Amino acid sequence: MMVARGERILMRGNEAIAQAALDAGCRAYFGYPITPQNQIPDYLAAHMPEVGGVFVQAESEVGAINMVYGAAAAGARTMTTSSSPGISLKQEGISYIAESELPCVIVNIMRGGSGLGNIAPAQADYFQAVKGGGHGDYRTLVLAGWSVQELYDLTREAFDIADRYRSPVMILGDALMGQMMEPVVIPQEVVEPEDLPAKPWATDGAKGRPRNIINSLYIEAPDLEEVNLRIQGRYDEAAASEVRYTTEHLAGAKIALVGYGTTARISVAAVEQGRAAGLPVGLFRPISLFPFPSGQIADLAEQVEAILVVELSLGQLAEDVRLAVEGRCPVHLYGRTGGIVPTPAQVLGEIERLAAEK
Amino acid sequence: MKAETETSVVFERPRTLEPVRMHYCPGCTHGIVHRLVAEVMDEFGLAERAVGIASVGCAVFAYNYFTCDMIEASHGRAAAVATGVKRVRPDLFVFTYQGDGDLASIGIAETIHAAARGENISIIFINNAVYGMTGGQMAPTTLPGMKTTTTPHGRDPKVAGNPIRVCELLSSLEGPAYLARVTVTNPRLVREAKRAVRKAFEAQLKGLGFSLVEVLSTCPTRWGMPPQEALSWLDDNMVPYYPLKEFVVGEGLSELK
Repeated sequence: MMVARGERILMRGNEAIAQAALDAGCRAYFGYPITPQNQIPDYLAAHMPEVGGVFVQAESEVGAINMVYGAAAAGARTMTTSSSPGISLKQEGISYIAESELPCVIVNIMRGGSGLGNIAPAQADYFQAVKGGGHGDYRTLVLAGWSVQELYDLTREAFDIADRYRSPVMILGDALMGQMMEPVVIPQEVVEPEDLPAKPWATDGAKGRPRNIINSLYIEAPDLEEVNLRIQGRYDEAAASEVRYTTEHLAGAKIALVGYGTTARISVAAVEQGRAAGLPVGLFRPISLFPFPSGQIADLAEQVEAILVVELSLGQLAEDVRLAVEGRCPVHLYGRTGGIVPTPAQVLGEIERLAAEK
Repeated sequence: MKAETETSVVFERPRTLEPVRMHYCPGCTHGIVHRLVAEVMDEFGLAERAVGIASVGCAVFAYNYFTCDMIEASHGRAAAVATGVKRVRPDLFVFTYQGDGDLASIGIAETIHAAARGENISIIFINNAVYGMTGGQMAPTTLPGMKTTTTPHGRDPKVAGNPIRVCELLSSLEGPAYLARVTVTNPRLVREAKRAVRKAFEAQLKGLGFSLVEVLSTCPTRWGMPPQEALSWLDDNMVPYYPLKEFVVGEGLSELK
C-alpha cells in the first residue's frame, strides 16, 4: 500500500516520521519495541520491504543502535527510533557514532520519566538530547516539531543534515506528538538512495582505494583532541547555519513564552486567548534545540519585560533560556512533569499571574 | 661459470596483513590467528570487498593489521555492527574478531541473537580464558580453580559462576551454518584451525548463515607462564573442558580433516 501523495491525508505523528524516513532515502531501520513509538517500527516493517530496504527488530536498543552504527559505516542512510528508557540504552552507541563521525537519524518519542516512568507525554529527556547524552565531548543535532506535518518535514531533512555534518541527528518528540493524528501532505518528490552523494569515507570494500577505518579510538591524546576539535567545528558551523525557530504574536509583546513541540502548541493557544483578552504576550518556539537559538533569545530578552518558559520538565529548557538571556530579563518557569500535560487555560493562568505582578 | 639457480618464494606475509609490527605480547597466539584469517582472505580474494569488525580487548587494534576496510565496535557489540553492515551490503564479506570477555560476557546477547537470526557473517572468537588487556581479570570462560586478579584464590563456581561453552551454547540454535572449536598449539592444529576458518568464510560466501570459529588461545602474560608452558597448559587444561570439534557443519561444507 503506497501513501497518497500531494493531498491532505490524516496521519499519526509516528507514521509521518516513518514515511519521512522512506521518502528521505533511508533503507535501513533497526529498532526495538517500546511505547509510545511502536507505530514507527510497525509502519516500517510493513513498508520498508516494499522499497527494498532493511528492517530488523533487534534484540535490544543496544543491539539496534550498533546495527545503525554498522549500516551508517557502510554508507547507508539509517535510522533507529525509541522512547526515553530505550534512548538511555542507546546513548553508548550514539557516543561512538558521534566520535566516529557517522551520520544517522535517531528519534526519541519521549515519555514520562525517570526510571520506567509512564507512557504519557513528557519533555524530560531535553538535557540528555541537547547536552550530549552519552560519555564524551559530543552533541547530537536536535530538532523538535509541533505538528504532524512538521515531524514529517524535519525527519526528512534530518537525513540531509546528518550527512552534511557527519553527525547523528535526533528528532525529539513526545507521546502526544507521536500519537496524535492530523492532516498532512506528503510531497510527490522522494529521494532515491542511488541519487545521494557518494560517501568516500565509508567502509564498503577497499576496491581501488586505500582502506577506510571507522573508529573512535585514539590512544594519543593530541590525536583525540584534534578529532574532537574537528567535530566541535561542525557544531560551530551548525550554530551558524542550522538554527531554526518560529515566533507567534511577538510584536509589541511584554511577556514572551518559550516552548518547543507540544508545549509550544499548547502555549500558542494560551497566547491567542491572552491577546484576545488584551494581554501583550507572544511565543518564541525553538525548532533546533541544538544548536539552540541563543542569539535570538538574547535579542528577545532585550525587547520583553519577562520570559515564561513552558516545558514538560522541571527547568531543563529554562536553563538554556537563562544561559541565553544572561540576566537581561527575568526568566520564569512553568514546568509540569510525570506525564502531566497542561491545558491552554492553565498556561494562560500563568501568563495572567505574571502580568499581574508587573 | 656461475651455476644457474632458480628461486621461488615459499613463504611470505599474507597480502591482507599490513606490514606493521603488532602490539601483542610474546607468545600470544593472536598473531597466528590474524595470519590464518589473512591467508584465507587471500585465498578467497576477499580483501577488496571485506569489512572487518574489531572489538574491545587485546584485539582492539586489529583494524591496524588488516588491509581491508575495518570498523572498531564498542565492547561486545561487534555482531550487531556486523549485522548492520551485512544487511545493507550483502555483497560485502563481513567478519568480526572478538575475545571471550567481549563476545561471551558483555556481548553474549548480540552473539546469541546474531546466531539465532542466522546473520550471514563470520566470527573469529578468541578464547584465552582471561581478560588480557585490562590486566588479567576473570573471563566468562575462566576455568574453575583458575587464578585471575578477580579470582585470586582460583575461580570458585559457587561464588563466581561457571564457564560458558560458547559453541555448545550456540549449537542449539537453528541459525548457525558453521560452528567449530580449534586451537593453534602445534603446527598440525594450526592447519586444522585454518581449515575451520576457511569453512566459516565459505559458509558466508555461500550464503548459508552464521559462522563462528572459537580458537582456544594462550595468554602467557596473564597466565603468568612462559610461552611454551602456556601452550602445554592450554592442551592439558583448556582442551579437556572445551573439546576441539565441529559442532555445526552446514550443508555443502565438508567435514574438517
